[in-house]
Amino acid sequence: MNTFTSPFWDLWVIVIVVASILGCAWLLWSTGRIKVKGKGPAADGAVSVTGHVWDDDLEEYNNPLPKWWSNLFWITIVFGIVYLALYPGLGSFPGFLGWSSTGAYQQERANFDARLAPMYARYAAMDIEVIARDPAARQTGERLFLTYCSQCHGSDAGGARGFPNLRDGDWLYGGTPETIVQSITKGRMGVMPALGAALGPEGVRDVAAYVRSLSGLAHDNLRSQLGKPLFMQNCAACHGAEGKGNQAMGAPNLTDQVWLYGSSESAIAEGIIKGRNVNATAGTNAMPAFGEQLTPAQIRVTAAYLWGLSNPAVAAK
Amino acid sequence: MSSSPSRTIPIVPVEEVDEVGLYEIRRKIYPRAVSGIFARWRVFFVVATQLVFYGAPWLMWNGRQAVLFDLGERKFYILGLVFWPQDVVYLSVLLILSALSLFLFTAIAGRVWCGFACPQTVYTEIFLWIERKIEGDRLARIRLDAESVNAKKLAKKGLKHAAWIVLSLWTGITFVGYFTPIRELLLAIPGRLGAWEIFWVLFYGFATYGNAGWMREQVCKYMCPYARFQSVMFDKDTLIIAYDEARGEPRGARSRKADPRAAGLGDCINCSICVQVCPTGIDIRQGLQYECIGCAACVDGCDQVMDKMGYPRGLIRYASQNSLAHAWSRSAMWRRVLRPRTLLYAALLMAIAMAAGISLALKNPLKVDVIRDRGALAREARPGVVENVYRAQIMNTSETPQSFRLRVEGLPGIAVAGIEQPIDVGPAATRLVPFRIEAPMEAGAPGSHRIELIVESTGATPLQRRERATFILPRP
Repeated sequence: MNTFTSPFWDLWVIVIVVASILGCAWLLWSTGRIKVKGKGPAADGAVSVTGHVWDDDLEEYNNPLPKWWSNLFWITIVFGIVYLALYPGLGSFPGFLGWSSTGAYQQERANFDARLAPMYARYAAMDIEVIARDPAARQTGERLFLTYCSQCHGSDAGGARGFPNLRDGDWLYGGTPETIVQSITKGRMGVMPALGAALGPEGVRDVAAYVRSLSGLAHDNLRSQLGKPLFMQNCAACHGAEGKGNQAMGAPNLTDQVWLYGSSESAIAEGIIKGRNVNATAGTNAMPAFGEQLTPAQIRVTAAYLWGLSNPAVAAK
Repeated sequence: MSSSPSRTIPIVPVEEVDEVGLYEIRRKIYPRAVSGIFARWRVFFVVATQLVFYGAPWLMWNGRQAVLFDLGERKFYILGLVFWPQDVVYLSVLLILSALSLFLFTAIAGRVWCGFACPQTVYTEIFLWIERKIEGDRLARIRLDAESVNAKKLAKKGLKHAAWIVLSLWTGITFVGYFTPIRELLLAIPGRLGAWEIFWVLFYGFATYGNAGWMREQVCKYMCPYARFQSVMFDKDTLIIAYDEARGEPRGARSRKADPRAAGLGDCINCSICVQVCPTGIDIRQGLQYECIGCAACVDGCDQVMDKMGYPRGLIRYASQNSLAHAWSRSAMWRRVLRPRTLLYAALLMAIAMAAGISLALKNPLKVDVIRDRGALAREARPGVVENVYRAQIMNTSETPQSFRLRVEGLPGIAVAGIEQPIDVGPAATRLVPFRIEAPMEAGAPGSHRIELIVESTGATPLQRRERATFILPRP
């Protein structure tokens, strides 16, 4: 808290809290000593008044509160003082128990993980291919996927524009169990440099036509021939001379029918001109790392679910 | 402060002027035992309500506890019904029914709930009964409290508190038994109780012991909000516990043989039985007071005295303020029970109770939520075919396993895909299933279309639920 406020506010809170407690104590003590004339409340008919008079003749009856009720107030004051000693409350004083909301959250997570640990224990040493054949594990994996992954990859893992489809058997970084675990644990950062300036508007169209030709899409033959040398010069380093991509760096295969951002010429041209995730920020074209949020066993189960989705024949056995 | 004369207002003729504080020390009340028709009614209500309270957790229904509020699983079982969080509307209906019943009974006969069925009254009555069995009736108890500490007093007090504590703990266990199956709870008592179960057993037990043993009428006087707001439901035709002042005054002692009229006396012999039996320690002869819980103990007490004196009963009785003011006959007073507000309350009560009953009888044990994926609007599945992604939360609130099939209506050629059918859902379980809906590109105009997902069970008596959703066709 002190990182963005001045120590004045500590003092401000402490003064208000202490003054309030003292004020309440004084009020209780002083009203307990007030005596007014009158008979006891239970005596027949007569009433006593507190002594307040408004508008000449409006008086306040004394309807006494039971004594134990005011003692409850004293108890709340004692409670408050004990609370302020044990827990944070007096400015930035952390309290003698050292409790914090972050600590409580971490404690709760640790408890939760400990509770789930026995369930996940059997998967820790199991081969991911074997986990994928276990129906119970698949259901757990599906739930984990729906909780952590489906926001981007879709509830059916079918992906969306810019978010890879995970059940088509095509993998940017490789579809072996180990690479899937790696992708989930560490995240991925796909970067394509912007080539608009280097190629010029005509060069971009030529390269786009050549790229479309790689997967057999309709294209302008002349432009495609002009684009080929430009591709070899500018793109082949990552996408390969044949355009088959490179899973080591996540460069997509351009010869298949899978298009993360669409297969139209304009979509391809946009990618060439602006690049993708040029500044390598965790914004677009980046997969966040889940190693902190999920335990290794949870990641294995999720990876097994995904591996099973793209290898249905094996998983169904 | 108190010495300042300007702040002390002398009040209307007071004989003994004392100094009193703004807080009062409670004077312990020793209600005298009473018998009579209303006391018997109260015993009936005490027994009836507590048979239900202590007994219900022991009933079984199809191999589970018949009444169980499973907070962990978020399912409330009441006999054959299972309530899920989605059924919270029935809780509102229950509260509305309770409120309307309170309005109705209070408008007719004042605080009958307070006097006969409220747990505070019921447990106070039970605790008083134990107290009476051990310490004796009013006078014996007053004498015992006045005694200096001695072995007999300690033994009696100790026995009483022990009995109270045992009953309180049993009450606490029973209460928790509505939330944790009571048989498991009892088996877990030797050292295996959860921290929250221990807390609630002790808390509820302590509340019972404190409220029924020590606090008693103070709960009604100072703590209970219902006690106070029932006063605004009274009107001049509400039956209240009333002292017939015209008949009773002037009060005074007399011989049984003397003619009170000749002595210039009313029927009240000023024996103070009505004050001695009062659990809140008031004198009903001062008229309607907020402390009166309407228990009618003074009615029973006074009737006995009137019998002994040979006077007619009913010097203190259920009477409306109108009937006392106009000296109406009983039948005239009872006719006013049927007046617009009571009829309205009764009609509302019946209507809502019937609606709730019909709704419960027709309750569909299948619940479905359909949620469209927000990540992607529409995808091209294959050339010419568009797919949207959804997840369905299928809740089988019945207690038998079910298999469900999904289908969809609303556009030509629309179909459910990407899901293995049928979908098995266990008894009282939920499944979240992702699935796709496909439709040909030319099924409709680009944009959002209303579709309907139909979930049907495959059993002999099919359960069905239709849920609306939207399907988006993209611009080509």
